[in-house]
Amino acid sequence: MLATSVSNALTLELPRLVKHTPLLTATNINKTYGQVIALENVNVELYPREVLGIVGESGSGKSTLLRMLNLEESPDSGTYHLEIPAFQDQNLFDLSRFERRQLRVKHIGIVYQNPHLGLRMRNSSSGNVAERLVIAGERNFSKLRAAAKRSLEVSEFPISRMDDPPKVLSGGMQQRVQLAKAIALKPALLLLDEPTTGLDVSVQALVLDTLRRLQRDLGIAMLVVSHDLGVIRTLSDRVMVMRHGRVVEQGLTDQVLEDPQHPYTQQLVHAKL
Amino acid sequence: MILEVNNLSKHFYLHQLEREVHAFSNLNFSIRSGEVLLVAGANGVGKSTLLRTLYRSYKASAGHAWYASLHGAIDLVRAADVDMSLLRQEELGFVTQFLRPRPRVSAVELVAEPLLFAGFETRQAEQRAYAALEMFGLKPELWQAYPTTFSGGEQQKVNLARALIQPRRLLLLDEPTASLDVTARAALRERLSQLKNDGVAMIAVLHHPEDAAGLIDREIVLHSDLPQDTGFLEPEQEVAYVA
Repeated sequence: MLATSVSNALTLELPRLVKHTPLLTATNINKTYGQVIALENVNVELYPREVLGIVGESGSGKSTLLRMLNLEESPDSGTYHLEIPAFQDQNLFDLSRFERRQLRVKHIGIVYQNPHLGLRMRNSSSGNVAERLVIAGERNFSKLRAAAKRSLEVSEFPISRMDDPPKVLSGGMQQRVQLAKAIALKPALLLLDEPTTGLDVSVQALVLDTLRRLQRDLGIAMLVVSHDLGVIRTLSDRVMVMRHGRVVEQGLTDQVLEDPQHPYTQQLVHAKL
Repeated sequence: MILEVNNLSKHFYLHQLEREVHAFSNLNFSIRSGEVLLVAGANGVGKSTLLRTLYRSYKASAGHAWYASLHGAIDLVRAADVDMSLLRQEELGFVTQFLRPRPRVSAVELVAEPLLFAGFETRQAEQRAYAALEMFGLKPELWQAYPTTFSGGEQQKVNLARALIQPRRLLLLDEPTASLDVTARAALRERLSQLKNDGVAMIAVLHHPEDAAGLIDREIVLHSDLPQDTGFLEPEQEVAYVA
């Protein structure tokens, strides 16, 4: 007991090198569905330009957490702050539906595992991307088209197919359309929910490469949920391991994967092919 | 002193076996800018573990590693994760004996990547990457190829080029010469000698210390004095200083 409190005191005194404030701070998030605890006292911090990975088995609460951070759902309790002008000092969970939508459209991009959730499958791909810009207030057709094209290019989507609807595209291309839509307004935060699950390995490698390049060139902070440790290793600086709605371990990605401390993390790492 | 290590210990707890595996205990040493420290000892006494613990790929079990960063003194054992990320980007380098190639990323891109993350222009970063690959003697026809299919030696050349492309203040070298040919070894020695002259401190694990002949200032020897047949190392580590 004494040892813990002494070490806590020491930790508090430590000088910090990184002086800037986190882009994202979520504290004490709790959520239950009936008897099921989906999230229990989850805390998340994400710094500008940083990539945080969230791993855990199915049902560990990682996707629920991502939906909360995308303001699609509200927790039972908890606070959520983003360091974004006009929203700085607010608990984002208190925002009205209209305000949430405003914030989401301008500042948060999301890529779902299932493209059906993020795209209108029968509209053209360029139209899907332009939709965000329309919601943000752009009305000029040629500007919309040019911006959509640029965003698709950055996401390494084959431009010759920009007018095809997503339903006729391959899985990898659908993910690129989602990505183009997500980054169209250069969000501060990009949420990725299993972005490469279900894609074959060569397409997966290309999508991962695109994501790394985007992060490098645009400096967007990202939160990546995946059960694939390879994906997490390739993309993230830090990682959080979740189980039964709780964060059981977190740290630098190589530290968590090479020297896991928690029994569950050790199991997870040893189960990797 | 650029780094001062006090009573540093590392042991692993394997939950599946419910047992503790000791790597090293109570290590004490320090190093100045421009100094090269060789970590010697038999296989499995924890030489690589020591380097990884300093880089925070492993979590130390006890002790401190005070590092004089450009931002101020910081304990590498307890520093916040974001601070470690920052130090890794700017000041600490880790040269391993294996490349971690990424699918569909060319040799030159892999080498240039740290510079691109640091904000260099693509052309400039690539130019430096070419120079680095040339220095370690990777055949130019392989520069644009994917290293996944390279030989061990070729991969190691890419690895070294990538690891040494940026200026660093403290370099941790874990068998950097493994699988290298004679020319590449000489090139590496030359490069390390330049870095030493520039004031870079280095802690090296080398199976052939002659690869760094003339560069090594001091040596620490790790031993384990346990019977070898336990399969585990539970040591009373001794640290010997050699002039």
